[in-house]
Amino acid sequence: MAIAYDVIPYLERTDFDEIYQEAEEAIKDKMPTRLLSRGLNGAIIATGYAEILLHQAIRNLGPDHPVGYPDTAYHLPVITALSGEKVTKLGELPPILNRMRNNLKEERNFFNARLWGEATLYAAEIIEAIHYAYGDEPKVEPWTGFVTDPVLRQYGIKLVDWTIPGQAIIMGRAKSSKAIAKIVQDLMGKGFMIFLCDEVIEQLLEENMKMGVDYIAFPVGNFTQIIHAVNFALRAGLAFGGISPGRREEVRDYQRRRIRAFVLQLGEATDVQVAAHFGANFLGFPVICDQPLEEEIPDWYLHHGDYDTLLQFAMEVRGIKLATMDLDIPVNFGPAFEGEVIRKVDAYVEFGGGRSPGFELLSSVSADAITDGKVELIGPDVSDVPEGSILPLGIMVDIYGRKMEEQFEGVLERRIHDYINYGEGLWHVAQRDLNWVRISKEAVAKGVRMHHLGEILIAKFKADFPSIVDRVQVTLITDGAVVEDKIKLAREKYRARDERMRGLTDEAVEEFYTCLLCQSFAPNHVCVVTPERVGLCGAVTWLDARASHQIDANGPNQPIIKGPATDEVKGLWDSVNQVVETASHGSLSEVSLYTLMENPMTSCGCFEAIMAIVPECNGIMITTREHQGETPCGMTFSTLAGMVGGGVQTPGFMGIGRSYILSRKFIKADGGIARIIWMPKELKDFLRADFVQRSIEEGLGEDFIDRIADETVGTTAEEIMPFLEEKGHPALTMDPLF
Amino acid sequence: MGANGKGQTNGHGTIDPASLAVLEKYEGQDTLTSYDRYLVQSPQCKFGLTGTCCRICVQGPCRLLEDRPERSRGICGAPVYSVVARNMTRLMAGGASSHSDHGRHLANILLAIADGKVSDYEITDGDKLRDVAQRIGLEVEGKGDKELAREVALAALEDFGRPDETPCQFLVSNITEGRKAKFNHCDVLPSSIDRTIVQMLAQTTMGMDNDPVNLIFAGIKTSLADYTGMHIATDISDIIFGIPEPTVSEANLGVIDPEYVNVATHGHNPTLSEMVVRAARELNDKAKALGAKGINVVGICCTGNELLGREGVYLAANQASQELAIMTGAVDAIIVDIQCIMPSLKPVCDCFHTRLITTNKMAKIPGAIHVDFKEETAFEQACQMVEMALEAYKERDRSKVAVPPHKNKVIAGFSLEALLDLFRAINPDNPIQVLTDAILAGELRGVALFCGCNNLRTPQDRNHLTIFRELVKNDVFVIATGCSAGAMAKAGMMTPEAIEKYAGANLKAFLKRLSEANGVELPLAFHMGSCVDNSRAHDLCTLMAKEMGVDVPKVPFAATAPEDMHEKAIAIGTGAVAMGLPVHVGVMPPIDGSTLVFGLASQIARDVYGGNFIFEPDPEEAAKKLLAALDRRTWKLRVHQMAADKFGTKPAVSW
Repeated sequence: MAIAYDVIPYLERTDFDEIYQEAEEAIKDKMPTRLLSRGLNGAIIATGYAEILLHQAIRNLGPDHPVGYPDTAYHLPVITALSGEKVTKLGELPPILNRMRNNLKEERNFFNARLWGEATLYAAEIIEAIHYAYGDEPKVEPWTGFVTDPVLRQYGIKLVDWTIPGQAIIMGRAKSSKAIAKIVQDLMGKGFMIFLCDEVIEQLLEENMKMGVDYIAFPVGNFTQIIHAVNFALRAGLAFGGISPGRREEVRDYQRRRIRAFVLQLGEATDVQVAAHFGANFLGFPVICDQPLEEEIPDWYLHHGDYDTLLQFAMEVRGIKLATMDLDIPVNFGPAFEGEVIRKVDAYVEFGGGRSPGFELLSSVSADAITDGKVELIGPDVSDVPEGSILPLGIMVDIYGRKMEEQFEGVLERRIHDYINYGEGLWHVAQRDLNWVRISKEAVAKGVRMHHLGEILIAKFKADFPSIVDRVQVTLITDGAVVEDKIKLAREKYRARDERMRGLTDEAVEEFYTCLLCQSFAPNHVCVVTPERVGLCGAVTWLDARASHQIDANGPNQPIIKGPATDEVKGLWDSVNQVVETASHGSLSEVSLYTLMENPMTSCGCFEAIMAIVPECNGIMITTREHQGETPCGMTFSTLAGMVGGGVQTPGFMGIGRSYILSRKFIKADGGIARIIWMPKELKDFLRADFVQRSIEEGLGEDFIDRIADETVGTTAEEIMPFLEEKGHPALTMDPLF
Repeated sequence: MGANGKGQTNGHGTIDPASLAVLEKYEGQDTLTSYDRYLVQSPQCKFGLTGTCCRICVQGPCRLLEDRPERSRGICGAPVYSVVARNMTRLMAGGASSHSDHGRHLANILLAIADGKVSDYEITDGDKLRDVAQRIGLEVEGKGDKELAREVALAALEDFGRPDETPCQFLVSNITEGRKAKFNHCDVLPSSIDRTIVQMLAQTTMGMDNDPVNLIFAGIKTSLADYTGMHIATDISDIIFGIPEPTVSEANLGVIDPEYVNVATHGHNPTLSEMVVRAARELNDKAKALGAKGINVVGICCTGNELLGREGVYLAANQASQELAIMTGAVDAIIVDIQCIMPSLKPVCDCFHTRLITTNKMAKIPGAIHVDFKEETAFEQACQMVEMALEAYKERDRSKVAVPPHKNKVIAGFSLEALLDLFRAINPDNPIQVLTDAILAGELRGVALFCGCNNLRTPQDRNHLTIFRELVKNDVFVIATGCSAGAMAKAGMMTPEAIEKYAGANLKAFLKRLSEANGVELPLAFHMGSCVDNSRAHDLCTLMAKEMGVDVPKVPFAATAPEDMHEKAIAIGTGAVAMGLPVHVGVMPPIDGSTLVFGLASQIARDVYGGNFIFEPDPEEAAKKLLAALDRRTWKLRVHQMAADKFGTKPAVSW
């Protein structure tokens, strides 16, 4: 595998092809010649069409005309992933297309069919890239066209770690709008990521189905635009699998193992669609057609005409099993609705968010203080108040478990946010006494009442934490006086928790923890979580890791008994290095925890923010997943993400969690927060109060945050230098970074 | 078909009662018409029917079978898909040659008018001249008719033989921006009609192109060259002979009047037939002197359509009944120019006194009188030909005269300008809105263009009329050209009475509103002209697209050639698919021998261009499919509008 890919003969069987052996054996004596011929036809058409468009585009726009998709670091991802070329110009495409045309060997067999499929994927990617080059067929909401890297980073992890159980790719036209709406509803309820192509999109629009990024349901477009489902899946492999571009067999293997995709072909398929189906087979995805097939390929190319059992059939073929959970509520539930925004005008009722008092508190209680499964409502229900009401809200979750500990309370309490958001028509932001909840008019009309919130919380806590949660009881308070009363208790608890956290420093504890949660998709990445360094995803604190270890001693969070440091300034421990070397399967030998400049920690791809050196300013800049614009290091978040992801050390660049910026150990060896010369405005606002506090502690002054440049000052080093000089930014007079 | 297996056709290949009457009269006698010859030719060769017979080189013929690996390539190795694609695209080249050469002929006459070289032709409609000039980007201010005519003629001729890659102006100036970009990006914009056709032939010779997409795209380019030629022909015909206006006339063999000297004009180009009409008027008294009531000029095929729209001349026959017109025994001369002229006219005329006169050096028939028709002497030569009819009249054998009584009233002459004038009575500021609003409001189900030929592989006029009746019953607004329009005219479908009898309630209400606003009687189907006048239908569709703010593939507009026969129909149909229309053809062209090419035409074309072929020989099924195609478009429009409203965006650019 160490050989450069371009010298590997293309058309040989590889180890990966073993997975098709059973099917090939089964069709050996009865080749599905007609089906295969259609695939060859489709590949001939797709490559022929791509060829015409490509050469005309080169005539029209010139060979140096830039080609690529918006907001991605992966160029044309199908090509980047499968053969490693980082295409930036039209003129680079003809040799690639020609190589693919060489895949069109005529003998009708399943092996060749997969190669026709591969060629068709390339052709589709080229056709779409040319559409983008011309600005043809511009997409309007809810159509997405290419799905950008920020979306990939938002949902990709969940796809590869199977929080999202799979990727359903639906193409064609269903037998009726109602029928496809039912299937998609089912998929959303199960939390699937959905890619839609062709007229199913209009059919779903007709049924007023929710689609778009917020629902993880991407209506990509028509015809060859189905490639955006493929280039999304392939990017997930590059971003989270740490697979080098061009390692075709590793890429396919990752797709097969981690991307649980399947294709549903509805209605009569065209030859090009059949060829694309073989492209799906090539990546390890099965295809299920609702129309009768003259010929099938066992496990890979099948007919199933009954819509009621279509999804079940597809999941079985792809080997997707869902954890069952007993939850009976009148709306859909699942990660598909996590990003759903309920606007004020769409809200039936609103709680907290500064408009009314609100809080949420999770407490560990004794066995006799709890009735398992009980949901109590104190105050009026949503049906008791008129539309547009604002109510106070207290959410009190009591948990008893034999292994439950008080220190898990904060960890579990933060899950309230996710769980409530999973409900269709339910919206939740912030935490503690800042919480803010909306319930949509639609949800109320469908019958959602307060007790459903409690039922959601009970079901999810039990399903997700079976080893520590034995009994759950929820009290929901909408009575103003009671909320005011209980909020005092809650604030007392928060204060005590914070106090405990403040005493938690790297020096004060005996052990750090590894976090290998992402190794399912980023096999060589290791996070080292310390009290003063949250995991780069922002979601795993030292306490989380510790709790997780107690819940599952063989789980992803293993203690590192830290011992004495070999370099306290840079943050080097022999113990850390040993564990990291083992856990990264030998790919890393040294990690320094307190510097960006030497052997910094690696990234899986989940980072909330990325920091990067800006040598001209002798400082570092930080950009976030939310900030899509240019930055002073000359790269956008997407481009930077492409550089630092995948478990490699890149000195001067690092993925981090947002709250790490507030840590006293934040690149301590490099000068700490005084080095920060640029952050997006949104990040400044997000951190402001705590950051000001930290600035005072560091002796940088209350106004330090305003001496840091942001995008309103400039997005290049040249643009921000005068500002930094004028403000007397400390980084300018610090020791050189190098 | 009825219980006797003959049904409406009485065993003959026609449902036209006039045709049937003539055929029945000669049944059992020693005559052979095309109806008989179709039976003689049956069963037709399967390889030819499906397009898998390759005769492009002398090593052949190679007869291929897709499902038999050893038979799936010709001797040279050409696979089925390239054989079928080459055969199909060569048909398109034939069609494009026909239409465009017709256009070139008119452009040459316009140039001759401008240069003062002809006196029998003149600029009849200066406004149209200025319209056309403006459309193709010429400066019109301060220019006289002749100066402008010269520039328009040269611009048209340049579209035939431009040396560089600038696209044909009579194409790009008449289509939407979306189509322009699509055609450019797909490399199907012709820059020169002649070169495109020549390249098509070069591309399909032995040992040349074997890529089916490349071949079909070249066929599309050729078909867009065909469109260009059609547009030139229509525009210049209007300039020289005037824009057709609504007119009342009659159609079918019954218009041949035994008491008159009957002169039939047959073919396509109004250059000849308009002169024959003028000559007949001039010599009318001479006929009277012979004891006839006068001279009765009747039209056959598209030249009949041209004369019907401009001069109100009777339409005697569409393509399949041309021989039968002679067999009435009362036609004294048949004067023909180009296209769709059956060589069998000669043996038929031999049985009667009828003079067969050919006029074009590209279309001669051994034994026929050939007049080398020249524009410079057009009127004089037309008079000579009419004189021949007068001579023949004297020899007419009255015992052989049997004109069937069948004829129907027809209201024709609906150029796009005339249609818009009708709409203007309801909406003076934006006439096309009358049509688009009715569709968007759900009153009309869409627009259908009926076009194309007769084809004796299916009974004459059966598909035309069956599909037509089904569509109007379902509130589709119908326009018609060519021999399809002929079929409707003959059957009385272009009358107000037909509205009462066949139109759905909504269509009836729409036509009633239109009729009342204008204070005139209107027909059920609107006759837009000859086959080159499909350009008028395209212009209507483009106008609708612009009004609706969408590209053509989203407009609820479909085309059908229910009895496609000629190569021209293949070119017209392919061009219409590229324009973004669903196009039904009722007689299978030689394409189904290759699943790849068949799939390209029937499915993939829609993904790329927005239009596709619907191959359906059963007229009832065809009607269902056309309605479904229209409904699919209105449904999509509605859903896209819903989404645009919901998300506050422009409507989606997808079809």
